[in-house]
Amino acid sequence: MTGVVQHAGKSGDMAAAGPEVRLDAEGLESRELNARVRRCLAEGAGAVDIRNICGHRYLADALDSPVDITLHGTPGQNLGAFMRGPRILVRGNAQDGVGNTMDDGEIRINGHAGDVLGYAMRGGRILIRGDVGYRVGIHMKAYADRLPIIVIGGKAGAFLGEYMAGGVIILLGLDTQYPAAPLAGRRLGTGMHGGRIFVRGQVPPELLGDGLLVDRADGEDLALIETQVRAWADAFGRDSDAALAVPFSRIRPASGRPYGNLYTGMD
Amino acid sequence: MHTERSEKAAACGTPLTSVWPSGHFDWQKDISGCGVFGVISRSRALIPGTVPVEAMRLMRDRGNGLGGGFAAYGIYPEFAHLYAFHLMCDDEDALERGARTLAEHFDIHHSEPVPTRKVARVGDAPLLRRFFVKPKEVRTRWAFASDDDYVVNAVMFINARVPGVFVASSGKNMGAFKGVGYPEDMAEFYRLDEYKAYIWTAHNRFPTNTPGWWGGAHPFCLLDTGIVHNGEISSYGINRRYLAEHGYECVLQTDTEVVAYLLDLLIRRHGLSREIAAQVFAPPLWEEIDAMPRERREHFTALRTVYGSAMLGGPFAILVSDGRGLMGLNDRMKLRPLVVGEHGDTVYMSSEESAIRRVCPDVTRVWTPRAGEPVMVDLDSPRPAAETL
Amino acid sequence: MPSFQFSDFFVECDEARCTRCRACERQCSYGVHAWDEAARRMTRDSRLCVGCHRCAALCPAHCLSIRRPDPGFRPNALWTPEILRAIGRQAESGGVLLSGAGSPVPKPSYWDRLLLDASQVTNPPMDPLREPMELRTVLGARPDRLEAGPEGRIRSLDSPVLVSEYPILFAAMSFGAISYNIHEGMARAAAELGIYANTGEGGLHPDLYAYGDRIIVQVASGRFGVHRDYLRAGAAMEIKIGQGAKPGIGGHLPGAKIDAEVSRTRMIPEGSDALSPAPHHDIYSIEDLLQLIRTLKEATEDSKPVSVKVAAVHNIAAIVSGIVRAGADMVVIDGFRGGTGAAPAMIRDNVGIPIELALAAADNRLREEGIRHRASIVASGGIRCSADALKAIALGADAVAIGSAALIACGCTLCGHCYTGKCPWGIATNQPELKKRQKPAEVARRLVNLVRAWGHEMEEMLGGMGLNAIEGLRGNRDKLRGVGLSRLELDILGVKHAGL
Repeated sequence: MTGVVQHAGKSGDMAAAGPEVRLDAEGLESRELNARVRRCLAEGAGAVDIRNICGHRYLADALDSPVDITLHGTPGQNLGAFMRGPRILVRGNAQDGVGNTMDDGEIRINGHAGDVLGYAMRGGRILIRGDVGYRVGIHMKAYADRLPIIVIGGKAGAFLGEYMAGGVIILLGLDTQYPAAPLAGRRLGTGMHGGRIFVRGQVPPELLGDGLLVDRADGEDLALIETQVRAWADAFGRDSDAALAVPFSRIRPASGRPYGNLYTGMD
Repeated sequence: MHTERSEKAAACGTPLTSVWPSGHFDWQKDISGCGVFGVISRSRALIPGTVPVEAMRLMRDRGNGLGGGFAAYGIYPEFAHLYAFHLMCDDEDALERGARTLAEHFDIHHSEPVPTRKVARVGDAPLLRRFFVKPKEVRTRWAFASDDDYVVNAVMFINARVPGVFVASSGKNMGAFKGVGYPEDMAEFYRLDEYKAYIWTAHNRFPTNTPGWWGGAHPFCLLDTGIVHNGEISSYGINRRYLAEHGYECVLQTDTEVVAYLLDLLIRRHGLSREIAAQVFAPPLWEEIDAMPRERREHFTALRTVYGSAMLGGPFAILVSDGRGLMGLNDRMKLRPLVVGEHGDTVYMSSEESAIRRVCPDVTRVWTPRAGEPVMVDLDSPRPAAETL
Repeated sequence: MPSFQFSDFFVECDEARCTRCRACERQCSYGVHAWDEAARRMTRDSRLCVGCHRCAALCPAHCLSIRRPDPGFRPNALWTPEILRAIGRQAESGGVLLSGAGSPVPKPSYWDRLLLDASQVTNPPMDPLREPMELRTVLGARPDRLEAGPEGRIRSLDSPVLVSEYPILFAAMSFGAISYNIHEGMARAAAELGIYANTGEGGLHPDLYAYGDRIIVQVASGRFGVHRDYLRAGAAMEIKIGQGAKPGIGGHLPGAKIDAEVSRTRMIPEGSDALSPAPHHDIYSIEDLLQLIRTLKEATEDSKPVSVKVAAVHNIAAIVSGIVRAGADMVVIDGFRGGTGAAPAMIRDNVGIPIELALAAADNRLREEGIRHRASIVASGGIRCSADALKAIALGADAVAIGSAALIACGCTLCGHCYTGKCPWGIATNQPELKKRQKPAEVARRLVNLVRAWGHEMEEMLGGMGLNAIEGLRGNRDKLRGVGLSRLELDILGVKHAGL
């Protein structure tokens, strides 16, 4: 029950531009912890480093300042929901709902993550060192200059990019706990009507949802892939050249209106 | 709730072989969300009750204080050969009725109050007593049933026909400790810090339908099988009717009940393995079956054809222990979370990874099982659970 | 393959009165009316008519009449002309039957079987024209009790609430499904009336943020236009789980309706389909709802109430109880007569239950569990008039929401073709030449008039019952009697039969 532990020597000048504030989450409920983080930011913290994170929910929810947040431990559900700006580093694994309806900023997860990561994400970037769960990137959308990006270092569960309306998902399949499993679960990109999914190597066709075009990534996409894969490799100390040594498959929707012919008027 | 059950009893005091209570359409299904946790020591090392309790405390927000419970295995070694009945009784009269019913059907070797302590946040507890019993040699009912069937019939009989009495658990060397409250409050109430077990399951309930009823909390137990469940079983209506065809009477208004009875039917009575039971609950899609080699295709086609009414629809993550091991299973679309962690010969299963890390910061492997693929860990098995990956 | 098409309507013109002004041709977006240059007269293709009556309403000579002809098939009570046509359409297209507006099939309306009370002799009725009559309604969570401080004063409420001057809200209708001008008109009317409008699931147009304190911002499965500023802009946030016209399914707003302004508001590219998934993919269970409610409250630092909207379905009482226990401050229950811009006809006409029964059951359940105070209930789905609204309040609703009635106030004639995007009344359309037919100021005027008129009627009825504050009627089922209802129906509604 230690509460706020501030850096020695920095505790006096909270109002100064961007000091790092250290917090200890031990014994704090999610609400209290979030309130403390908000208070730190209001008082001018430029970075927040939080120890003993264990299941704390809604961290960085709807924060809009470009603060660096480091989380030591396993944060709980809806990390970075509605977030617009912070850069979060998770030193550990993440649970479900990371980056829910996220607008901007970055989340790096030095481990694996759970289901429904990046749901309805509209901007910013999420890098995951390892595997992710089911329905990742579901209903991602791009708008104007915003291009949400998810880079998955490991493998993904089923329904990756379901309903995807925009943005980019890159699936590497490199850093995985499931060596025997296919790269992704079934129904990859099902209902996709915008955006692109890049997969390192070949995509087994039985994994794909209906109505998708698959080809080899080329042109401007190669630069995009390289930038993002290098960012992933830099974030987690991985070999980017090795990650880029294999051609990427590109998955796009065949139509922006996959259900255009589903209906008929009553009369 | 109890009144309603006794009215049912009056309407249909029939043998349990075919159960079509009058008004069988007139039921309300429990709807509840939840958090689940389980831990097993393959080497039967005893795990203190504080482990599941702390894990559940961390997942407090998955429940709403209207149901919490634990099942512990290996807690009654001195009575390991006897069935341990945990009875919840509305009042002294009900306890008297329950004890009498047990005495009619069983030799009672020992009985005692379930030890509890006063907890401010736990109100209106029923009378709790445990009985260590053996089926009578000479039986007035169910004379040709095996001991286990005899116990199942007795449990069904008490739950449906003896007013004010509910059997919380009935297995050997195990017991259920559950009621209305947050799990950590239940643990305090039941003094779980004083127990050690080699398998624990735990549950935090978010009921929407049967608040205030202790029997409605999880784990739901029958014989050695104890189940904790997160999610809502959308197929409950047909699962229930299918079970009625086989003599199981669902009276508890909780969809978890059907899982317990289906396991009993499939494994104990139909002699199928736990793996196959899991396949019945969460079978592959037909499109996957169509792509399988012939033998597997026929296997699954037969399973889905015969046991379609036992398939579980909707979201679920369940943990099941049968006293010999611990199984975790997700629905086939992976609509509920389930995480597995391993450290030495201890295996954890949980709705949230953080709960595992809370009680085992040094956990070596943490992973999520895939949709519909059971994770099974057996006592005395030398095989780490992670080997199945 | 050839299409078998029959006329739903006959459009007739009294040639003697027709001035050849061609207004009908301009007004009809379905191409019924055409000018025959050779003959110097109007011609009509009745097969294209949807029965919206726009042409007739705008014809300066009043020479148009629209009739519904006898379809002329051999009478068959089972295989009605509607069924015949539906089968034909599906055989031609292989498509799911799509419909707009609320269900036209004869579903039971319990409002018509419930009657309100009035005072006679034993207590006096009140006269609303000269005596105070209060309709102000506070919506949100209330503590179960208050404690007075040391000076005998009560602290202000901890939880944020909405204060509505009428127990009437505008129902959620998205920008995209309906036009901007209607949205602006609703926002202006809500502000003028002191009630609340609801964005629906299509976001809030940047120009309407100014009305934020009178707007409930919705968060639906597609998360269109949902971001931190949007959440903070509204007076309350609403998680849309379902809708009475189409419980259990999502929605497809066709790309054709996503013009520049809709795109800007929903924050998706122009012309792209807006697909709303059936579930929120972060809510697969009741504890997940708690998670999203908390996430929204964290995002707004607990400064706004959260509402959850569900369709009335079989287990509604348990569902509402769970929603309240998950932390919702308001629950909107939308019955099976609720309207829609587009819904599969099979679902609209066959899924869900009546609002009256759902409302009564939910209110009962919350009271049985002692949690009724934790959330307000808003009833919607086919509220047609002030009497329906009052009956809903007597059954247990805190307020009602009106959608179809609000659109009818703007000219909608329930032709049911909203999904075509060609609404000749300029309501369910984003086509520039059509949507300009609605002016925000005029929309606001009509809506203000409607709600004020309903308010007067409610006051009259309240006063007649001897009440001068809406609190006295809320949940007061003694003011209701049923006629022609079975004992079971009366039990569920919790009202006595007339005569008792």
